[in-house]
Amino acid sequence: MDPFTLTAHDCRELLSSGRVSATELANLYLDQIERVEGDVGAFLLVDREGALAQAAAVDAKAPADRLPWEGVPIGLKDLLCVEGMETTCGSRILKGYRPPYDATVVAKLRAAGLVFLGKLNMDEFAMGSSTENSGYHLTRNPWDLERVPGGSSGGSAACVAAAEAPWSLGSDTGGSIRQPASLCGVVGLKPTYGAVSRYGLVAFASSLDQIGPFARTVRDAAALLDLIAGGDPMDSTSLGLPGPITVPDRTDLGGLRFGIIREYLGEACEPGVRAVFDDAVAAIQSLGGVCEEVSLPSVEKGVAAYYIIAPAEASSNLARFDGVRYGHRAAGGVDLLDMYNRTRSEGFGDEVKRRIMIGTYVLSAGYYEAYYGQAQRTRTLIIEDFRRAFGAVDYLISPTSPTVAFGVGERTQDPLAMYLSDLCTIPVNLAGLPGISIPGGFAGGLPVGIQLVGPHFSEQGLLDASYALEQRLDVRSRPPIAEVTR
Amino acid sequence: MNDWEAVIGLEIHVQLATATKMFCGCPVSFGEPPNTRVCPVCLGHPGTLPVTNERAVEYAARIALALDCSIAPRTIFHRKNYFYADLPKGYQISQFDLPLGLGGHLDVELDDGSTFHVGITRVHMEEDAGKLVHAGGATGRIHGADHSLVDFNRGGTPLVEIVSEPDLRTPEQARSFLTHLRSLLQHLDVSDVNMEEGSLRCDANVSVRRRGAPFGVRTELKNMNSFRYLQRGLEVEIERQIEALEAGETIVQETVHFDPVSGRISSLRSKEESHDYRYFPEPDLVPIELDEAYVQRVRSSLPEFPAARRERLQQHYGLSPYDAGVLSANRELGDYFERVAELVNDDKLSANWVTGNLSGYLNAAGLEVGESTVTPEALAGLLRFLADGTLSGKLAKDVFQMMTESGREAADIVAERGLGQISDVGELEAMIAGIVDANPGPAEDFRHGNDRVLGFFVGQVMKQTKGQANPQLVNDLLRRRILG
Repeated sequence: MDPFTLTAHDCRELLSSGRVSATELANLYLDQIERVEGDVGAFLLVDREGALAQAAAVDAKAPADRLPWEGVPIGLKDLLCVEGMETTCGSRILKGYRPPYDATVVAKLRAAGLVFLGKLNMDEFAMGSSTENSGYHLTRNPWDLERVPGGSSGGSAACVAAAEAPWSLGSDTGGSIRQPASLCGVVGLKPTYGAVSRYGLVAFASSLDQIGPFARTVRDAAALLDLIAGGDPMDSTSLGLPGPITVPDRTDLGGLRFGIIREYLGEACEPGVRAVFDDAVAAIQSLGGVCEEVSLPSVEKGVAAYYIIAPAEASSNLARFDGVRYGHRAAGGVDLLDMYNRTRSEGFGDEVKRRIMIGTYVLSAGYYEAYYGQAQRTRTLIIEDFRRAFGAVDYLISPTSPTVAFGVGERTQDPLAMYLSDLCTIPVNLAGLPGISIPGGFAGGLPVGIQLVGPHFSEQGLLDASYALEQRLDVRSRPPIAEVTR
Repeated sequence: MNDWEAVIGLEIHVQLATATKMFCGCPVSFGEPPNTRVCPVCLGHPGTLPVTNERAVEYAARIALALDCSIAPRTIFHRKNYFYADLPKGYQISQFDLPLGLGGHLDVELDDGSTFHVGITRVHMEEDAGKLVHAGGATGRIHGADHSLVDFNRGGTPLVEIVSEPDLRTPEQARSFLTHLRSLLQHLDVSDVNMEEGSLRCDANVSVRRRGAPFGVRTELKNMNSFRYLQRGLEVEIERQIEALEAGETIVQETVHFDPVSGRISSLRSKEESHDYRYFPEPDLVPIELDEAYVQRVRSSLPEFPAARRERLQQHYGLSPYDAGVLSANRELGDYFERVAELVNDDKLSANWVTGNLSGYLNAAGLEVGESTVTPEALAGLLRFLADGTLSGKLAKDVFQMMTESGREAADIVAERGLGQISDVGELEAMIAGIVDANPGPAEDFRHGNDRVLGFFVGQVMKQTKGQANPQLVNDLLRRRILG
């Protein structure tokens, strides 16, 4: 068995046919983790013991008594609460924190019998586009260990790319699933806002956050979405999807119109990325799809609006990390205020502090209207742009990221350059739309992702179209890490 | 001093008596061991989300409608951001510029029968904070304590904040307004409204001005936990402000504390510490949209309020203003009366018994109306015996006493003890014939106009019947027998 070619559907088939035990499968991935983790660093915590115990429980059941996905391993981004398992959100301030409850998606996966391999590295509190803001360690891109995997769900993307898990969960606030999926050459889906419960997802920006799947294939991503989607009484903003997601099998794109977002093909877009994108457009046309350019003038203000709205919500969401009830508490505070100051100064990293300060500022009396109010109005304009576009086309396409994976340390001193990584993904969050990144090809040996965006709750159609495109593009390669570590 | 006038507005926090908290499923309770009514949500654990308690919204809507506010067709929650150890999320979920209820009023009746109108600015929903216990010091206050403990049992309890217009001019009016508001809330059945336990809390904004002048600078009197302290605190603060202004000083806008023991006002927070709460719409909750049908349903479920009931009791049952007042001040007692009156064809008798014997028994036993051993149906049974002459007033009181002790029905007691009045004419005639024949002298006196001897004969009959003869009937039969 070669984990680099094994999909979650393959795992399911191997388990149900009895050719592999859940324990053997768990060991396959645990061994792979052991082999490559020193280079990749995708995990913050590998729960070998817990995973093997879950696998043994699956093996104790007759295959006929098992649920469809029972025994298939998975990795979880470290901002998903797992009862009793350390959950740090990539932050020092939550070092040692063990949640007293399971996130709704975790409970769903547990009920479905999935085996939890461990917790995946991320930018601290999901703030970043390279996973370099983790409070713990770097995660490296399996395609080039000197490059970043993207972020904030860098661990979730890298672990699938390096075959340390067949699939994983991440979260996407401004591109944190799609951008690392693009940079690591895997499939990543951000569902419609409200399709998946946020209960137990440690909040970054509540009005933008969504949990979604990383996988090797569109079919696996569809299956994982089906496992986690659904309205939740614990999350008032959740609605679920109109119906269960079925495994995509569409082979053509006849009758579908695709809008190419003009604003995303400007000078920020690298030529190599543009070339792969143009090939994808040609592939869509060869499948019978119609491609036309559309303009969404307001999306160019998306990054600006996002960097007001997201920090505003974050400044409030992160107020609970105060040293009183859980997580890190600094020693030596002389009074409550001093304890707060020391705890948060010690516990948070620079990027988190930067965003808390920005968020606090834009919500302050006298500045609220000029910043937060203006950003919300911009958000409304972006929503209207997308609505107008979907009056003319079925799906929108663009490169997921304007560039391929950049070098470690290359953008850490330039926050604005880092923020522009999410140029193409951010407006999709602001509008609450579903977006997927699928591998489109390579530029200079590095993966390039293609983003497809659909109207609200169009996940099934989006996955069907993505599947057809995926089959036509037939991007097959394995990251160099596979060779290096052999 | 005479041309000074105070301007007072109140902010009242009402803890709602819902079964569970505002945004999670924890039970609302008092006096439980610390941190035993908590969950990840109300402890503000990472990843948790609030879910609005529908019953709390309904209670808040009841309050808003009872105060004649208009209900916003779309209302949202905001986050009020500040750090404190009793605030687990670092923000309080509250309402800001789109509160549930706007623009109402409460008409307050004074003892002299006059009424005054108090505008209600807004009625909004929010969650309560936890409770800090300062330990290691002598006073229990934060100064001198060496550590503090937090009890989150109260955290997340639903609160409704009622803000009045600055329409109050004297501490008496403020107190009277609060008393009326409390009675109204009691009738609504939405809160325990207990000031000592903190389920009703009151802050007052107060300033003074020369009559007719613009409003002066106001101070905020925090957390007055009794009606008396509210009035007293306001009196002291108003006096302090007037003295300061007359001495040429200025009033600083600040929060002040009234110490009921010393009777003194002290500054609670330093001046420039004016908080910027950075309110913004709570993204974890969806807007609440209450349609006209919902508002109508809540409105029609509102109970009758005291003033309206007093009026109706007088009109419909012909009760005296006093009886109507007593029966409308306490909703349960009024309900009790109306149930009895429905079953007994004598409203005045029913009212007398409910305000008299029943209330006397409840007071003596320290019982609420709902705890009465004698149900309205049981009392009605007793009163029917009284109305049809089966029992005399005296006997009825005895039977009532037995009913309160045993919880039994009047009919059972009357039957068992043979207490029914003897109204059998034949039986009494035979008895009276015997007594008159045995006493020819007094009978002769009566025939000659000495009415007083009739009492002698009645006494004889009562003696033989052990007091169970119907006195009116005995009188009639005696006259007929003697006068022929």
